[in-house]
Amino acid sequence: MRRQQPLAEMRNVTMAYGTGTKRFVAVSNVNIRIDEGEFVALLGPSGCGKSTLLRIMTGLQNPSEGTVLYRGEPLSGVNPKATIVFQSFALFPWLTVQHNVELGLKARGVPRSERREKATALLDKVGLDGFETAYPRELSGGMRQKVGFARAMAVEPELLCLDEPFSVLDVLSAESLRDELLELWQSGTLPMKAILLVTHSIEEAIYMADRIIIMDKDPGRVIQTIKVDLPHPRSPKSTEFGALVDRIYGAMAGRTMEEIVEMGTAPGQPGRTRLLPDIELSALGIMLEHIAESGIPKVNIPDLAAELKVESNDLLKLTDAAELLGFVVVSEGDISLTELGQKYVDASITERKEIFASRIKRLPVFAWLLGMLEEEEDHRLSWDDVQDGLEHEFPSEEAERFIETVVEWGRYGELFAYDDGREIIYLEGIEDQE
Amino acid sequence: MTILHRMFKPGQNLARKVSPADLVILLVVACLAMVGVRVASNNVQTFSGPSISLDPKYLPWYALLSLGRMTAAYVLSMGFSLLFGYYTATNKRARWYMLPILDVLQSVPILSFLPIILLAMTAVFPQGIAIELSSVILIVTSQAWNIAYSWYQSLATIPKELRDATKMFGLNPWFRFKTLMLPFGAIGLIWNSVVSWSNGWFFLMAAEAFRVGKKDFRLPGIGAYLWVAADQGDSGAIISAVIVLIVMIVALDQLVWRPLVAWADRFRLDMVGSDTPPTSWFLDAINESQIVGFMQKRVFRPTGEWLDRLMSVAFRQTERQARPSLAKNLIRWVSLVLLYVLIVHSLWSGGQMLLTLNYGQWLTIFLGVFATLMRVMAALVLSLAWTIPVGVAIGLNPKVSRWAQPVAQIIAAVPATALFPAFILWFLKLTHTLEVPAILLMMSGIHWYLLFNVIAGASAIPKDLRYTASLLRMRGKGWWRDFVLPSLFPYLVTGAITAFAGAWNACIVAEYVTFQDKAYEVFGVGAIISKATNQGDYPMLLGSTLCLIFAVVAMNRLVWRHFYQLSEDRYRME
Repeated sequence: MRRQQPLAEMRNVTMAYGTGTKRFVAVSNVNIRIDEGEFVALLGPSGCGKSTLLRIMTGLQNPSEGTVLYRGEPLSGVNPKATIVFQSFALFPWLTVQHNVELGLKARGVPRSERREKATALLDKVGLDGFETAYPRELSGGMRQKVGFARAMAVEPELLCLDEPFSVLDVLSAESLRDELLELWQSGTLPMKAILLVTHSIEEAIYMADRIIIMDKDPGRVIQTIKVDLPHPRSPKSTEFGALVDRIYGAMAGRTMEEIVEMGTAPGQPGRTRLLPDIELSALGIMLEHIAESGIPKVNIPDLAAELKVESNDLLKLTDAAELLGFVVVSEGDISLTELGQKYVDASITERKEIFASRIKRLPVFAWLLGMLEEEEDHRLSWDDVQDGLEHEFPSEEAERFIETVVEWGRYGELFAYDDGREIIYLEGIEDQE
Repeated sequence: MTILHRMFKPGQNLARKVSPADLVILLVVACLAMVGVRVASNNVQTFSGPSISLDPKYLPWYALLSLGRMTAAYVLSMGFSLLFGYYTATNKRARWYMLPILDVLQSVPILSFLPIILLAMTAVFPQGIAIELSSVILIVTSQAWNIAYSWYQSLATIPKELRDATKMFGLNPWFRFKTLMLPFGAIGLIWNSVVSWSNGWFFLMAAEAFRVGKKDFRLPGIGAYLWVAADQGDSGAIISAVIVLIVMIVALDQLVWRPLVAWADRFRLDMVGSDTPPTSWFLDAINESQIVGFMQKRVFRPTGEWLDRLMSVAFRQTERQARPSLAKNLIRWVSLVLLYVLIVHSLWSGGQMLLTLNYGQWLTIFLGVFATLMRVMAALVLSLAWTIPVGVAIGLNPKVSRWAQPVAQIIAAVPATALFPAFILWFLKLTHTLEVPAILLMMSGIHWYLLFNVIAGASAIPKDLRYTASLLRMRGKGWWRDFVLPSLFPYLVTGAITAFAGAWNACIVAEYVTFQDKAYEVFGVGAIISKATNQGDYPMLLGSTLCLIFAVVAMNRLVWRHFYQLSEDRYRME
């Protein structure tokens, strides 16, 4: 079969911020192609740069390196043939549903009567007839997103990009909206030639897409592409579906590496500083207890997600953290407790804190921070000092989030204390002596 | 309560750290003052001022003149604000100096510039035009900053996804302005316009009636009318003028601002409906009117569509053109060089002028600033002393606040400067010294800010916290110290910052008064400035104005910023 020309293509795209020692690579060397008639999902944990890739694909943002081709032509500026449905809907609250849908047409100079007709027809199609004169604030989340879809489709895009459009909706609305979109898409009545869906939900990707591009973070990159050949409608309960979930979990959860690789290096040292997953610390204990109670040596991660009723994205953060602390070992989509992990489960609350403290002390970033605190005469560091140290590797927003997590872990492990008013990290006990 | 909360949010950007740019801006402001004084020093005229007739039939005419000045100034302020905010929000490189410009100018006591502006303008333009222009400039400087800042802030906080959506759908700059920026900033623009407009009245009343000794800078208008009426002891004229003023202010509120506020409610960004949306009978009447409906359909909407099409064509053409970056660079360099020349030249000539002041004169100025500071603090403390208990009583009691608040708002709408003459008439007869009226005048300009802030703060205390306080049997001193005052703290700080600036402004007109051809004064920097203006003592005028500005800006940026930070970090209940 002759390979057709791809509709849209990314070649060696890298997105980096800052220069020199302060350079932070958000997305590294990504190659993606989207063919006509394809529904592609871009799946990855939060912070892997998948939304950035979507902005680059539509021309909202220029990549630092690499090119974006559309129908073989390099893209310059915003791609008029593409459009986005946003996570937060991005509806104009002061415009009626009708006017929101007409917006893109108006910008293209479509006359009033034609605009009206088209918008009404589209609203009909998504099942919002009768709501033309309503304002977005009068609608439920699911209906708002329908307006978002209608608005995007009004400009007859060839490439429809979806930026986690279902993630802020409640479960039922999300489910029905997914089905409706699939139905419209498969009916062939839509002008779109291809859909690119960004999501962090494994199930959503398998449910909808023909092809799944799996990404990992630090730096954001493509790790695997999986074709989904299941017939629609797909049932999440089927064994084939389950097998695919397993396979993707396996790819995304990775495999526990050697400790030295897993933990990264200290800020300012060669090598990459390991970002800490921003987890709910109490959930960590709950997950470990659950694994221990299951009574089997190896627990399947997708099963764990189902039993704990957490989203794949959140569970992967938890397993990531547990791995980093040496409580679990992950391989091929399975997770098992280490001896230390078992000890942690059996420990009392105070003992758990001690174990936690002793474990995080070994992480280079904590060693670095404690070292600096020891060196300071008054054993205090301001937030800004720490941020300066981290900004060599991370952009400032990322650094700030990182410090927030570091402070939370450090406070929990009672390694140091933090004064929010003065934004000062200090060694415990020093304050009392004053 | 959201109305009050919005109204009394600090317009100032105190969260920003003090930067070297602040100093540069302050220097430029000082240079402008120096240039102004240089120009003014060529001025040798005495000013006769207009003759004001107390005949009540002229009152509507005077009111109209005052309103005209206000409108002209407001249009200028709005134009400035829109450009300033747009430029600052879209131009990241400009931000390092644009924001300090707002911060510094906002904390400069504007009335202290009035003598310099007046003298400089009259040296250049014919007297009548010069004084009109000065009053408009003065009002603009009292109106523009908070509008500009609010507009900038609205633009800077437009969610990224909304901005992306406008780009994605290919909206041209005109559409982007119309459908995204203007609606997004509308509420802030309108609320700040309301605040600015009442600021404007305060300064207009002062400017229209400004007279030091033989120099009579008055303008035909309500402000001057009130002074003449007080001067001649005509209480009937005073009362009728105050009534006309109140009617005008209330009418503007009902026919312009309230409808605008109610109309702008649609631009709220939150996705939930509000419990008590602002309403306006006038807006309802407009909406129901047949004529307006007809105009909307036949005139406004087609005009809008036509404008849209025109703009689409215009922007399609401009987009094709290459950017003249060379010209841009040239303009930038030329303006930088000009700025440099201005600074160096005015520092040189202004410096020479300041050198003529001897040690004793400097000492007088410093003591004057200190004396005025004491007076300002006294006014602030006295105002707090009555507004805290009264405000808390009103704020914690919804029944009282329902009728007390609108009443207080109407009383507060009367600019304090309009009542100065009547005040003085009464007090000078009573005490024969200006000390008490001076402090009272300062208070009259500021206590409303404090009262409304205390009411807003007290009514914002969460019910659960109040219940807890009574469950814990907090009473008396403990109730105030551990519960009420900490809850009010952010509101007190916000109110005090605005009040502090207001009190300094009042010192120019409060410390030196010519009344029934007799000059009354108390020692203070306001009196020094006024006297220097009267005697044409330009070095003294320059020195004292600069000292006043430096002192107030420094206190604002250093002392008040500290309190503001503290209140934001520790006491904000959100």
